[in-house]
Amino acid sequence: MADAVMVPDISRTVQKWRSKPGSLIMALHEIQNRYGYVPRNVSLQLAQLMNVPLARIYEVITFYNYFRLEPPGKHNLSVCMGTACYLKGAPALLDTLKNELHVEEGETTPDGEFHLESVRCVGCCGLAPVVVANGETLAKVGVNAIGGLLARCRNEQKED
Amino acid sequence: MTSATINGIAVEVPEGTTILEAARSLQIEIPTLCKHPDLDPTAACGLCIVKAKGINRMLRACCTPLEKDMQITTHDPELVEVRRSVVELILSKHPNQCLTCGRNRNCELQTLASDFGIRQVEFADIVPDYDLYDDTSVLTIDPRKCIGCGRCVEVCQNIQNVHALCFLNRGYDTRIAAAGVNLGESPCVKCGQCSAHCPTGAIVELDETAIVWDYLKDSSLLTTVQIAPAVRVAIGEAFGLPPGTNVTGKLYAALRRMGFDRVFDTNFGADVTILEEGSEFIERFLHRKGELPLITSCCPAWVDFMEKFYGDMIDHFSTTKSPHEIVGVLAKTYYAKREGLDPARMRVVSIMPCTAKKWEIKRGASMSASGYQDVDVSLTTRELARMIKQAGIDFRNLPDEPCDRILGEYSGAGTIFGATGGVMEAALRTAQDLLTGQSLDKIDFEAMRGMKGVKEGTVVIAGKEVRVAVAHGLSHVESVLRRVQEAKEKGEDPPYHFIEVMACPGGCVGGGGQLYGVTDEVRRARARGLYSEDEAMTLRKSHENPEVKRLYAEFLEKPLGQKSHSLLHTQYQARLTYAR
Repeated sequence: MADAVMVPDISRTVQKWRSKPGSLIMALHEIQNRYGYVPRNVSLQLAQLMNVPLARIYEVITFYNYFRLEPPGKHNLSVCMGTACYLKGAPALLDTLKNELHVEEGETTPDGEFHLESVRCVGCCGLAPVVVANGETLAKVGVNAIGGLLARCRNEQKED
Repeated sequence: MTSATINGIAVEVPEGTTILEAARSLQIEIPTLCKHPDLDPTAACGLCIVKAKGINRMLRACCTPLEKDMQITTHDPELVEVRRSVVELILSKHPNQCLTCGRNRNCELQTLASDFGIRQVEFADIVPDYDLYDDTSVLTIDPRKCIGCGRCVEVCQNIQNVHALCFLNRGYDTRIAAAGVNLGESPCVKCGQCSAHCPTGAIVELDETAIVWDYLKDSSLLTTVQIAPAVRVAIGEAFGLPPGTNVTGKLYAALRRMGFDRVFDTNFGADVTILEEGSEFIERFLHRKGELPLITSCCPAWVDFMEKFYGDMIDHFSTTKSPHEIVGVLAKTYYAKREGLDPARMRVVSIMPCTAKKWEIKRGASMSASGYQDVDVSLTTRELARMIKQAGIDFRNLPDEPCDRILGEYSGAGTIFGATGGVMEAALRTAQDLLTGQSLDKIDFEAMRGMKGVKEGTVVIAGKEVRVAVAHGLSHVESVLRRVQEAKEKGEDPPYHFIEVMACPGGCVGGGGQLYGVTDEVRRARARGLYSEDEAMTLRKSHENPEVKRLYAEFLEKPLGQKSHSLLHTQYQARLTYAR
């Protein structure tokens, strides 16, 4: 999955940023915006073209939460672990999702359908605990609602 | 110059000197786990904190330059207490496995925990759960024991310019690893400098002493051993002797007492290497057969580096094998034949200052030129030191013994192989005699010695200028090679005719498999040990070694002859890896 993009053309990105020192992050942003993640073969090319060691590129990618090394799932589920959500039971939600999907935080299911992650405070503490599913904020989610949420996502996919 | 006071003592140091260094000049030891004298400060561990009068926060001595009129306090009850907390915090994230750790009694963290008298850690235990990995078959990495000091990353990226190791993730999740792959698939050249600089047991050599004990137990095997030049001036440190003490005779005695059937010396192989490599040089220099400059290849980490990053320069590489491989193949052919031994029942163990030698002995088919793997096991200096202790040998008080013949006699040229510039100097001693057909009085080539990263010189032999360069520490190699490549592209004469490269700073005396605690001071002391042995010898040129002469007369015929080619020479192949 990591190398899904076969022959990426990143020459425009490289041309734009190569001459500006300290612009590796900007180049990585462009790449992630384009592919949804930073594929390994793109990193390898970037290392060559920008004359930056691959080790440095991986240090940057893994340092910042924003960057991903794996493609995002079709359905992105983020459990808010901010203080309010945490106290209202977010850890149990996260555990349930991990068990149901057999993935850890930050991982995508092998079929590429679901990506699970935790985030810090999405800014609607009054609705705690909150799960953001494909950009939609779901309020006061209980453990019992998880099954339905996953089923809905799966059904959507069938209807497509 | 900057003048200030530290603990009330006046000090004057050059501008830019850090508080840590300034304190050291006053015999004040500020503890640190991340700052190593070889490396730039990473300011990671937080142990070197000090107070400066008029400044409200504590300063890190490793990365703060001493400023004019500063009044520094390095030790008071509060600082000691904060340092104790820092050690405790590190311990809370560190496995409590000292007794079974590769660095037991040799660990900087353990020493600090002992010095601070820590009996109990107040913080909750949060040891991370990472797997140990040893897929290089040379180094064992246990990321759980990593304290995040950054020394291995510094040395791998900046001193060696290999960029195999990096920090992944951040905060609590930070760990040392290669970029998205296992270390064995990374550009790692197995130089082992990461293990030599690690303050804890997070990176250690793969311990293969058990295999050697098995050989020694098996009375149906004839187990031989050989010691590298640089081992003899370092291993004494494990028994309380100062760095640079030459313990060759004691080593032979210890190895014999451990049960090795024959004790040989890699220095003999070094003399043979010089004959073959020196002849290669003359072929190329005088007869224009082959590329110039000729580049030495006895350092396996350098071979790996070149194969990975300079595949286009393979033709410049000397095809002569490294000294321990030469002793290995000669033991199983020449020696076996002379003594009527079955090479299938022979084992060759080499004691090396090096971790990459563990890789070299299996690097290709030519490492089995005798029909068997020529060197069966390669142990580091550290592994041998442990075996000597296990064997109950009072090393310091051992009488000197000679080594076994006929793979043992060596010249001063063979012994200086262990220091940067030594191979070049040894080669020049032989090349000048071969080129002029005389035995010249010039023996010492001082310009090749010392710790400068790149040493250059011009030697006039038989009216011809020979331009040479010596580089050590892989980051110093690239400027030399770039000059060669540039001249090649422009169709100009090569800037050098002969280049020596050693991957480790200082050459093998500072090898990745040597005893811990290496600094330039220690490297210099060990090198001095080798040069004084050389100076005290009457036999100082490889080609004058009578056993080497006999080897050629009885067995090999002549350097670069047919037999030499099949037994003493190797090939290289470009190995693809990702860009650094």
